[in-house]
Parts: sequence; C-alpha cells; structure tokens
Amino acid sequence: MPHKIADDFPVLNQTVNGNRLVYLDSGATSMRPVAVLQAIDDFYKKEGANPHRGLYDLAQRSTEAYDGSRAVVAKFIGADYEETIFTRNASESLNMIAYCYAPLVLTKGSNIVIPISEHHSNLVPWQVLCKSHGAELRYLYVDKSTGAIPDSEIAAKIDKNTKIVAFAHVSNVLGVMFPLEKLVAAAKAVGAITVADVAQSVPHMKLDLHALDVDFAAFSGHKMYGPMGIGVLYGKRKLLEEMPPFLYGGDMIEDVREQETDFLPPPSKFEAGTQNGGGAVGIAAAVNYIESIGWDAIEKHEKALMTRLIAGLNALPNVTVIGNNDPDARRYGVAAFNIDGVHPHDAATILNDYGIAIRAGKHCAHPLLSYLDVEFKACCRASLGIYNTEEDIEKLLATIPEVRRRMNFVD
Amino acid sequence: MSIDSIYTELITEHSRDKRNRRNVEGANHTHHGVNPSCGDELTLELRVEDGKIADAAFTGSGCAISQASASMMSDILRGRTVAEADKLAELFLGMIKGDVTDAAELEELDEAIALQGVSKMPARVKCAVLPWHTYQAAIGEQNV
Repeated sequence: MPHKIADDFPVLNQTVNGNRLVYLDSGATSMRPVAVLQAIDDFYKKEGANPHRGLYDLAQRSTEAYDGSRAVVAKFIGADYEETIFTRNASESLNMIAYCYAPLVLTKGSNIVIPISEHHSNLVPWQVLCKSHGAELRYLYVDKSTGAIPDSEIAAKIDKNTKIVAFAHVSNVLGVMFPLEKLVAAAKAVGAITVADVAQSVPHMKLDLHALDVDFAAFSGHKMYGPMGIGVLYGKRKLLEEMPPFLYGGDMIEDVREQETDFLPPPSKFEAGTQNGGGAVGIAAAVNYIESIGWDAIEKHEKALMTRLIAGLNALPNVTVIGNNDPDARRYGVAAFNIDGVHPHDAATILNDYGIAIRAGKHCAHPLLSYLDVEFKACCRASLGIYNTEEDIEKLLATIPEVRRRMNFVD
Repeated sequence: MSIDSIYTELITEHSRDKRNRRNVEGANHTHHGVNPSCGDELTLELRVEDGKIADAAFTGSGCAISQASASMMSDILRGRTVAEADKLAELFLGMIKGDVTDAAELEELDEAIALQGVSKMPARVKCAVLPWHTYQAAIGEQNV
C-alpha cells in the first residue's frame, strides 16, 4: 500500500484490554478515515441548510453538496444519477424493492429464488412477501465445501413462474462471489427481475452495475468506510419509474392538490422528507478515499492478506475453515472458521481479551448456519478492510491457539 | 475483570458435561428458551411431583456460559420444592444483575456462584441467565 492506511483511521489507534486493537470485523461495519469524518463535519459546520428547499446561499451550497454526492456515488457504481437513490442502508433498499416493486410482479403460484446463504436483509423481506402473496420462496443450495452455487441448482430452481431472483454478490459468511452473470442470464431467460445485494462487494472491487445488468442493487455506506445511516438503492430507470414511492412527504412531489398528487421522477420520488445530508457527503467522501488509494492497490493488498489468513488457519490444529479452504481461491473480505469444541461466542470473548475484534455467531444468516454442517450451528468470522496489515493477520493466527488453552482443553 | 474468572475449569467442565444433557422421563414442564441475538438455545425439561422437582435436564446448544449455567442449574434444582427453586432463580438473576453481592446470601447457589463474574461482562449476561429464565417460563407452563 502507498502509505500506512491504518494511520488514516483514528479509531484504530487504541488499545483494548492492554493490547493494540486488531479490528477484523469490517464485514459488519468498516471504520471511517479522517477524510470522511472531516467531510461530514464540514457539511454541518459550513453548509448545514436543508437541500432542495431554500433560496439563500447556504441552502444552495447544501443542495450542491447533497446532489454532488449522489453524482459521485452514481459514477462509482456505474449507474446514472437518476438511478441512484439514497436510503438508510442496504436493508432499507431491499425492503423498498420488496414493498414497492415486488407486488407489481408477484402473483399467487409464482416464486422468488434466493441462495440459502443470504443475509436476513435479503431473505426475510422475500419470505414475508411470499407468504402474503401465496408465492413460493425457493432456495439455491450452495456447495458446502466450496460455497459456490452449482449450475444445476440454478437450472432446477429458476423457472417460468420465477418473478424475482435475489442474491448477494459476495456472501457475508462464505466470502465467495456468486456467479452474477449466470444468475442474471437465467433470470432474464424467464423474464424475472434480479436484485443484487452488493453490500459485501462494493468495498472490495470495482463495480459497474450497468455492465452487470442487474435490475436492482443495494448497499450500505458504513461497510465501505462511510458513515452509518446512509445507503443506496440502485434500480434501472424504467423500473424506478414503474415503482410507486415507498414514503410520501416533502420534496418528493411535483404538485399536490386537495385530492391528487403528482410525484417527482426518480431519484426524488423515493426521498421523502429531509434526507441524511451529512451521510450523503460522508459516503461520497468514502468513495473519493477509496479511489485515492485505487482498486489495483486495494485488491492486491486484500488478496495477499486473505491468502495468508486462509493458509494460516488451515495450518492451525483444531481449526476448520468454513466454505472454500483453498488459500488461492478468491474470497472477498471475509473468512469464516471454527475452533473445535469452542463455541464462537466464547472464542470471540477470549480473542477480545487480546484486543482482537472478530464477529461470532450466525451472522444474520440463520438458514445458512442451519444448512452447513458446522459445530454449534455458528461460526467465527474475521473480515478485512483496507487498513488491515500482515501484522493483524499474524496476531490473529498466533492468538487462536490460546483460545482452546483458555477454555481448559489439554492439547 | 479477567476472563479467567469466567472460563474456570469448573465452568468449562460443566459446559462439556453430558450428565444433565438429556431428556427427562415423564417431564411435565418443558420450555424452549432462545437468545435470538446469539443463537443460544435450550429446551429445559422438568418432572415435578407433589410440588417438588424430581428431575431436571436440558438439551440444546450454545456458548460455554449458557451451557454451564444450564448444567449447574439442573444440579441445583433437582430435589428442590418449586417454591425453593423460584427463590433460587430470583437469587441467581439478582447476582447476575449485580443486585445481590453478599457471599453468605449467594451460598445457596452452590456451584453457580462461579458465574458471578458474568455480572461484569454485559455482552454475556444474557447467556448466563437464559437457563434460569427458561426455568421460570417452564414452571409456569404445565405440559398437556
């Protein structure tokens, strides 16, 4: 990396339980660089007026900051300005599709297809919707040893009654990238729409949503070095025009009469009420920060760390990598593993004693953890950000053997 | 607060102990307790005869703290009257909340006193109390 990236992230410069903090939970939320914190601070210190409303200078500058942020994010994901809607987070974006677009296409006897590995954000909305519409929720079962979706599953599950195919671009537990092109092609062949949850891929790779040709996509700012409380819903322009608004209120209307309302076109149609201006400025600053480092450097760095992490976990006794354990197989950001006989929550508590922060449990993916053959139906997950170093990985690998010792196993 | 006071041999042994991990023959009070945020789950089975807990055991899975707490509780409850068991549940929950700290008062909890340190670990409190909350729910529900 060009410089010590971690130095850009003030929160990482602290000790936890007497140890240097090793933050390995960026899959849950990534930390924010000074550039992002500064941009949010500046927005509220220097502008801070309500975008799209006032006629005075401050309001004009707020409008430029807010709209300008959208332009930055749209370009970053290969989308048009009108197709990029600010939401609170990926969950809200996915719910908007489930509440507003899905009812236009879902009928009794139709089905929605999702991988078994989906995060609850991309599972529960579809489950509830299927129940209320008499539709079927079908699962694509991943290969337990590689985490991949077999072609045969795609062929068997997506049929003429499929209306929606929704999937994570990268699994938040298995770290594998799903075959987006195949899923899109299979959905298109039967006239179904595609929904990609790109929350776990957007911080790790260059995305071009137009090229990927998905119909909708969703992600959160806080997993890509931006603030919490800002996310994005992407939709193809035609679909967003057909889709009714989710919330009604100020700033999303063209004209309101006593009994009728005309809505603005997208994106405004979906942004009722005063929006998260600081969040918008923050996510745009995060985009600029990522681009200042550059995708080549990010991918090279993260790939090297992940290869070392998987190889190191494989080499440890009593440790099992979950999903693909080939160090050279490409995993994006997350590595799941278990320590024999130790519940992941106990492992996380003990690692925390050494200043190491990992996630443990079911990772908002209960159906996946029930499906996989893993002890305790739960697992540990170490996830990477651009600020992680080889030192972080070595510290984790050196500390894992302590976990069984602290749990009084005699190895 | 060192976590060594939590992961003691007594607790890790209880967490892996199979004695109390079984079904109870003729169980007449059963409850399935879950910590939704972490996935700890256990089904507690009790056989109550003439107001007395003749047998108590559990099945389920979860972290060492929840499983050890369930195992210790099963030992403690067996042979107690329901009124005594109710009082012990209050005492245990009071200890974990940090409301009851007097050693003499806590003595009644026997081995479960080993979990007192959890009162200083907010993230793990729910693990320790799950079996006891499950007991309270189970005793309120008669199997049909």
